[in-house]
Amino acid sequence: MKKYLPIRFKNWFSFLLDWKAFLTIVVLLVLTLTLLIASISLGDMRIPPLDVMRVLFGGGEETQQLVITSFRLPRIIIAMLVGMCLAAAGAILQGIIRNPLASPDIIGITGGAGVAVVTFLAVFSNENNALTVSIHWLPLAAFIGATLVAFLVYGLAWKNGVSPVRLVLIGIGISTLAQALTTLLMIVGPIYRASQANIWLTGTVYGSTWDDVTILTPWALVLLTATFLLSRNLNLQELGDEMAKGLGSRVQVQRVGLLFVSTALTGGAVAFAGGIGFVGLMSPHIARNLVGSAFGALIPVSAFIGAMLVLAADLVGRTVFSPLEVPAGVFTALIGAPYFIYLLFKNRNL
Amino acid sequence: MILKSPKAKVAGLLIGMIVFVACILGSIIFGYTSITFSMVIDAYTQFDQSNEHLVIRNERMPRALTAAVIGASLAVAGAIMQALTRNPLASPGILGVNAGAGFFVVTAVSLFSITSMQHFIWIAFLGAATAAFIVYFLSSFGKEGLSPMKLVLAGSAMAALFSSFTQGLLVLNEQALDEVLFWLAGSVQGRDIEYLLYVLPYIGAAWILAMFIARPVNALAIGEDVAAGLGQKIGLTKLSCALLVIVLAGGSVAVAGPIGFIGIVIPNIVRPLVGLDHRWIFPYCAVLGGILLMAADVSARFIIMPQEVPVGVMTAVIGTPFFIYIARRGMSMK
Repeated sequence: MKKYLPIRFKNWFSFLLDWKAFLTIVVLLVLTLTLLIASISLGDMRIPPLDVMRVLFGGGEETQQLVITSFRLPRIIIAMLVGMCLAAAGAILQGIIRNPLASPDIIGITGGAGVAVVTFLAVFSNENNALTVSIHWLPLAAFIGATLVAFLVYGLAWKNGVSPVRLVLIGIGISTLAQALTTLLMIVGPIYRASQANIWLTGTVYGSTWDDVTILTPWALVLLTATFLLSRNLNLQELGDEMAKGLGSRVQVQRVGLLFVSTALTGGAVAFAGGIGFVGLMSPHIARNLVGSAFGALIPVSAFIGAMLVLAADLVGRTVFSPLEVPAGVFTALIGAPYFIYLLFKNRNL
Repeated sequence: MILKSPKAKVAGLLIGMIVFVACILGSIIFGYTSITFSMVIDAYTQFDQSNEHLVIRNERMPRALTAAVIGASLAVAGAIMQALTRNPLASPGILGVNAGAGFFVVTAVSLFSITSMQHFIWIAFLGAATAAFIVYFLSSFGKEGLSPMKLVLAGSAMAALFSSFTQGLLVLNEQALDEVLFWLAGSVQGRDIEYLLYVLPYIGAAWILAMFIARPVNALAIGEDVAAGLGQKIGLTKLSCALLVIVLAGGSVAVAGPIGFIGIVIPNIVRPLVGLDHRWIFPYCAVLGGILLMAADVSARFIIMPQEVPVGVMTAVIGTPFFIYIARRGMSMK
């Protein structure tokens, strides 16, 4: 068997599929599906996996149907989409910044999206704690916030070029500011789902509805496809500006485009699940260990890993301490912070 | 440095102290309830149970003194940390010390139902020490040892970890949430004067000790080789520095909750002003730190009146541009 399988669509798109990567993706797909079934079946009401399958294919008892379709499924889908978005966003950022420690939460993009979301909820709430505009605009607001912060951080870090160290430091500064502003807005404004706001900021998919799913799904699918199509530009970005230019790549234009995709992905995730931390940092690293650093395989693999991380964090959060719910963000931080420290240790001589 | 001669430095410090006292008065006078200067004096000489007098004695005075003491302590803690790590961005907030103390206090409240202030202090000290130790230890790996970048990154990772834990605990125990939420926001409002009186002996002792170790710290700030060459016991100096940071930062967090950026802003203003001699840096930091926190606290009362902005938010808004300026300028201590 050959090592690579070339795939071509006429002249406009082609890439090499690594067989090892393909197999990894298949394995991950199976694992994700297993986790998905487990996640649907576990909870306050245990539903045996076979019954879960029955309900998913349109049968099953009425109570089981209700629990699965109204409560568990939307939440689980949101968890997976959010994980995918954050992981892809992290992979892009690590590619264009060329720093293994970059991720949307560490350089403040998640924080910016959070400020935008809280502002949106505060500005467009009425006295009855209901929104005066459609919630469909929420991801857009988050996207704008994320983008503004990304360019702010990038601009402030610019001094004859952007050094990764400066970028990360300034990102940390800006994300502290974003946290402060979010606290301020939560105190000042009448906020829709105010009681949840505090938990939401730690990152949770609690209370997701089918409405949320219908808004996030197209957003995520379009952007994830875009990320996948742009992955060959990412490969070039990672070689460094000079090399990429030499190979005929329009480095700056592509970098801005990729940055937009990354902030849009982060914005979509934050709009529905708050600041679930460290997923964007961890997933690409795990993926790199599995399939190497070519982005064609890296992006889908990190997306699967991101989905599994958030799904697992949410599953643990709602079952282990039942009937209480611990936000998924607590568990991603629980794994993520030590992982970050491990990365720091591994890159100690950089 | 702007103030070169010792005379100029003494004069500067005196002016600073006058402003400091003026800030305490200002903090008592300005606010939602209007109060005049003569009322303040009457409240302590001819107390008549009137609303204004009660506000002065029970609210404004404790608040002003708390802001003064906490601001001073955080600034001195920042100066010590920056000297110890030779990193101008080191400060209790950025290195996760505040978050560590916060997490320990919340754990104590929610898991062990501890609510007395006496215990809070020791638990906050313990939390501050744990976080400081972990961050310092983690960032010392590698060939170059303690690099500014690693210190900040390890600090922010630990801060993220501790605050997530805190959130998790609060979700699990809603009663604890009520008890500590006011405290977690980082504010000097509504603090009993007794809180302050509990920590004052420790913090006061730390201030005095800071003056005693200022000379060895000078040598340490130049480099460990230099300090060793001058015949100093480096280990002892470092240990006392760590102890002071833990008492100053831990004590501040125990009283006021996590308030960031004072420890970054003030020492970085003071160093260009008085040079690199910590015998001057420490007193200047104490005075200016108190002034900054009081000023931030007073302005926090007026921005969205009648509500108040938590003072931690104010210091973050003031401090972030400063942080970015230092990050852009590079990591030199000058």
